[in-house]
Amino acid sequence: MSKLTALLNWVDDRFPLTANWKSHLSEYYAPKNFNFWYFFGSLALFVLVMQIVTGILLTMHYKPDASQAFASVEYIMRDVPWGWLIRYMHSTGASLFFIVIYLHMFRGLLYGSYRKPRELLWLFGMLIYLCLMAEAFFGYLLPWGQMSYWGAQVIVNLFGAVPFIGPDLSLWIRGDYVVSDATLNRFFAFHVIAVPLVLLGLVAAHLLALHEVGSNNPDGIEIKKKKDPRTGIPLDGIPFHPYYVVKDIVGVVVFLMVFSAIVFFAPEMGGYFLEHNNFVPADPLKTPLHIAPVWYFTPFYSILRAVPPLFRSQFPGVMAMGLSVMILFLLPWLDRGAVKSIRYRGPIYKSALAIFVVAFFVLGYLGTEPTNVWGQFGSWLGGAERATVVARIFTVIYFLFFLLMPWYTRIDKTKPEPERVTS
Amino acid sequence: MPLNTSSLHARILDCFEEIFDFLIFYKVLRLQDWDFEDVLDKMPCFSYPSAELNMAGSNVDRGKRRFLIAATGAMGGVAGVAVAVPFVLSMNPSARARAAGAPVEVDISKVEPGMMITIEWRGKPVWIVHRTPEMLASLPKIDAEVADPKSSAPMQPDYAQNEGRSIKPEYLVLVGICTHLGCSPSEKLSAGATGGMAGDWPGGFFCPCHGSKFDLAGRVFKGVPAPNNLEVPPYAYLSDTRLIIGSDGKKA
Repeated sequence: MSKLTALLNWVDDRFPLTANWKSHLSEYYAPKNFNFWYFFGSLALFVLVMQIVTGILLTMHYKPDASQAFASVEYIMRDVPWGWLIRYMHSTGASLFFIVIYLHMFRGLLYGSYRKPRELLWLFGMLIYLCLMAEAFFGYLLPWGQMSYWGAQVIVNLFGAVPFIGPDLSLWIRGDYVVSDATLNRFFAFHVIAVPLVLLGLVAAHLLALHEVGSNNPDGIEIKKKKDPRTGIPLDGIPFHPYYVVKDIVGVVVFLMVFSAIVFFAPEMGGYFLEHNNFVPADPLKTPLHIAPVWYFTPFYSILRAVPPLFRSQFPGVMAMGLSVMILFLLPWLDRGAVKSIRYRGPIYKSALAIFVVAFFVLGYLGTEPTNVWGQFGSWLGGAERATVVARIFTVIYFLFFLLMPWYTRIDKTKPEPERVTS
Repeated sequence: MPLNTSSLHARILDCFEEIFDFLIFYKVLRLQDWDFEDVLDKMPCFSYPSAELNMAGSNVDRGKRRFLIAATGAMGGVAGVAVAVPFVLSMNPSARARAAGAPVEVDISKVEPGMMITIEWRGKPVWIVHRTPEMLASLPKIDAEVADPKSSAPMQPDYAQNEGRSIKPEYLVLVGICTHLGCSPSEKLSAGATGGMAGDWPGGFFCPCHGSKFDLAGRVFKGVPAPNNLEVPPYAYLSDTRLIIGSDGKKA
């Protein structure tokens, strides 16, 4: 027995190191037919690590103080050695995190990955998504630019629309009568410690749930149903390590090429990743001409703007925006299709998903633009703004995708699922 | 059951279980063979010293035990909530923030008719507009176009619930924060097609964020995102040319 084996045995007697290595990597059997869409889970984990590392380095130079925050970010950009790189990695990482997560979630929609027995896996994933949104929102205030300030002002005021407790609630969130130093300081606390702690716990739960039920695959069938009678290993499963570790490294390399291209050549991405107005220090007395959240919130922001005020209250719009995110939690129970994967679904689900994607993109685009971006209709429609009318139509479509799902998935003409995964 | 008290508590617990059982496990998760009692017995905290002892006819009073566990849990919960109160309240505005929200005095003698000044109160812009007689005369004409012409919503102190939404008609005092989502509207005081407004614009304020429009009394137009008129802050005249914003003289 070599010294190294002896050391490993010593550890294993005290901590389940080898056991965990086996159950989560070398003897975790994933379906052998993973395709392109299965890169994004491991990529999300990679981006998370990158955000944590760059974030820690940024906190070493950043000042969470309303009078110093903007200048300290500029100091990081100009004076801190390689500070510009770390800051751009963090800001670009935030946007790419959402791209990766949206693709990861879309994979779930394509292959029914949220279906039984993966409901809890999906719920943990949704909670991670909520945490990421909170993380992004809190983080966006920290540079203390005009968009940071007024974006936070708009979002915190959303809570003010809650009946009865609204004004007190938004006062409590801000810790002041306006977004101020108190707000910046607490958002910093949420951004660097509170939300990341919850996030890490949820990621652990997400992975544990995944490894309990096993990965879904593009065919949407359970590989655990066909096991080798001798070994008990799924016939269509291959060990995650080394096969998928190697595959995912290729994914990371390609991702890093895209990531580097953005960091080095277009870190602002034409105002979509870092809004131009955020290079102006926050001014509580001057609202920018056009306030828009960063792109990853804009589909929901569009829904907020699309709902007209009812009973002198804009609470319905706030509710609609909240529901548009929350309704995703219900997917495992809304989908009554006979099969999981898009490969064996009928034309109704395929069309519904396609229309939903279009709605998501159109709402996302409209959320980045002012409501008069497409001008007004003629007087025959009361001069209504075209973009608002379109946003309303797509808001209805967005919700119908979910609300009608129990019916259209049931009547859809599905194809029979194969016994074994296809290549 | 040896004691009446414990059987009462057991009955209450049973009742909750039934409802919980039905809603969550039967209706939502569709686990039709779910047995709450069975699960409780299998949980280590409830089964100690072990369910077998009960079956063997020992004297363990399970109802009493469950009552004690529930009571201890409830007391622990109360303690948890009690300690959460100071944590939650610590996030309210500090004494310093509240002091900074104190009333502000303004000299309005230099505001010419048709002009407007912006001052800061509680970090928010407050507008003081010196309205001309023509501006005041235009207000009743657009009563049909605004959502709340009589200012019936409580967006102003009682003494400003009038045609001009002000104490003295010529001076309008408004919090310059859109009632939609808290942007600061731009001033478009002059009537007509100046500053990018339509030709029939009567003069007022325009919020660039989401297109809300307000007239020269801060009344919101119909068909815009903002649900309410602009807020009139509490204010009072200290003299003919001095205003105090944030206090209406009733309390300092």
